[in-house]
Amino acid sequence: MSAAERSLRGRAAIVGVAESSLGEVGPGISSLDLIGQATVRALADAGLSKSDVDGLFTHSAFFAQPVLTTAEYLGIRPRFADGTATGGSSFVGHLWHAAAAIEAGLCEVALIVYGSTQRSHGGGLVASGAALTRSWETPYAPRIPASAYALAAARHMREFGTTREQLAEVAVAARQWAKLNPAAFVQDDMTVDDVLSSRMVSSPLTVRDCCLVTDGGGAVIVTSAERARNLPRPPAYILGAGEATWHMNISQMPDLTTTAAQESGRRAYEIAGFGPQDIDVVELYDAFTINPILFLEDLGFCAKGEGGAFVSDGAIAPGGSLPVNTNGGGLSYCHPGMYGILLVIEAVRQLRGEAGDRQVARHSLALAHGNGGTLSSQVTAILGDESTL
Amino acid sequence: MTDNVRADVESLSPETAPGTVFDRYAAEGVLAYQSCGDCRQAVFPPRVLCPSCGSDDLGWEPSAGRGTVYSATVIAPRGKEPYTVALIDLDEGFRMMSIVTAGDDGAVAIDDPVTVSFRLAGDEPPLPVFAVEADR
Repeated sequence: MSAAERSLRGRAAIVGVAESSLGEVGPGISSLDLIGQATVRALADAGLSKSDVDGLFTHSAFFAQPVLTTAEYLGIRPRFADGTATGGSSFVGHLWHAAAAIEAGLCEVALIVYGSTQRSHGGGLVASGAALTRSWETPYAPRIPASAYALAAARHMREFGTTREQLAEVAVAARQWAKLNPAAFVQDDMTVDDVLSSRMVSSPLTVRDCCLVTDGGGAVIVTSAERARNLPRPPAYILGAGEATWHMNISQMPDLTTTAAQESGRRAYEIAGFGPQDIDVVELYDAFTINPILFLEDLGFCAKGEGGAFVSDGAIAPGGSLPVNTNGGGLSYCHPGMYGILLVIEAVRQLRGEAGDRQVARHSLALAHGNGGTLSSQVTAILGDESTL
Repeated sequence: MTDNVRADVESLSPETAPGTVFDRYAAEGVLAYQSCGDCRQAVFPPRVLCPSCGSDDLGWEPSAGRGTVYSATVIAPRGKEPYTVALIDLDEGFRMMSIVTAGDDGAVAIDDPVTVSFRLAGDEPPLPVFAVEADR
């Protein structure tokens, strides 16, 4: 860890956040329209104008050159642009890249933005990139991404005795949080038995172990800590982050029960000067129910192999010992193909104390953890209010 | 046989391309993998440099085609026969995704021993697939 990277602690802050329309927006509305909607709302939240934005950070499976398409639509000519494309984790990575760019003087006001209409487009996942390179997995017809996460879940069950009921507890906790969030896509009652008896997608994961397929988007505005203090909203300071990638294809993941979150989390904690015991609220990329179990272990909230027991008996649900995925997560709130921007937005709302019925009691320090590919890219960010600087 | 094809990055050609050589072995019923001449790492999928040490001294070796199931998932598409996709740890030290067909009890379990065979389909290169061994 370089002194230069350490020195980024608390130097930039999130000053504006907003979601676009979520769920199923209907025909005719494009992903760019959602990007525009989220941008207008986030700038209003930040008390800034579009003309203030000189840094643009985005990724999308809808366009071959997301930065160019997005800049044109928004009418922004960024002097710094970053199209880091690590799947759903991209937007958590963009946070740290924005902090570095701002500190280096490469831009002053960064817009991180995403929008997707994958549900209105036919209910399927929109995949990034053309398949011009031979795959050593596709000939076997795995259902990617679900089968990749299913293989990890099956191995975790074999090594540690994790059960399908424990996986289902993750989905049930997410649903209970979603019932407190008016923006959540699904809010009806759901039990562990409901999850277990749902249609099997790729064993041991049923459709209720898998995230939603929704439309949605969001925008996040980042600027320097100095400038943030003169803006209307309480700043959410970027205290530290870590990025790690160990593979792309699930067949190349070294150990299916240990993710690169172990590395990204360690670096984020080291820079921030906090550990898992200090975190008030946790937002984890829950594309599948096995994800929070793996990430709670790899980020140090419990020992390796104990994630299943950790999430049992409502421990991560409202009223439990650790608030996890307080918006209802990708499992019950919104999952527009890439979810990373939305977990950052929820972390900021919790830090500000503006999360309504789902607001957690202590909210000085939040952890937002993004995942991309097939457990491939892991990005951890630690955000805090003024008291944590 | 196509053995002893060694190709450093400067001699990369359509004939020595890693994927092409893999397919030539497969056409002969051999599951081939690369072995690093410097660090001895078993390498799969085929490529032009060792992902462990960075050397481009990669030679081809025939695998015995035997391994164990590292993880497995059953996929049951609507209206079609279920199938098992698995990650196989080959005895030579590399891992690959494949399809596994079950033994007499009808199930594929983690740690089951498996053996390779090749599935032919149209003009596609022969595809290595696995079956659970009856006893090993």
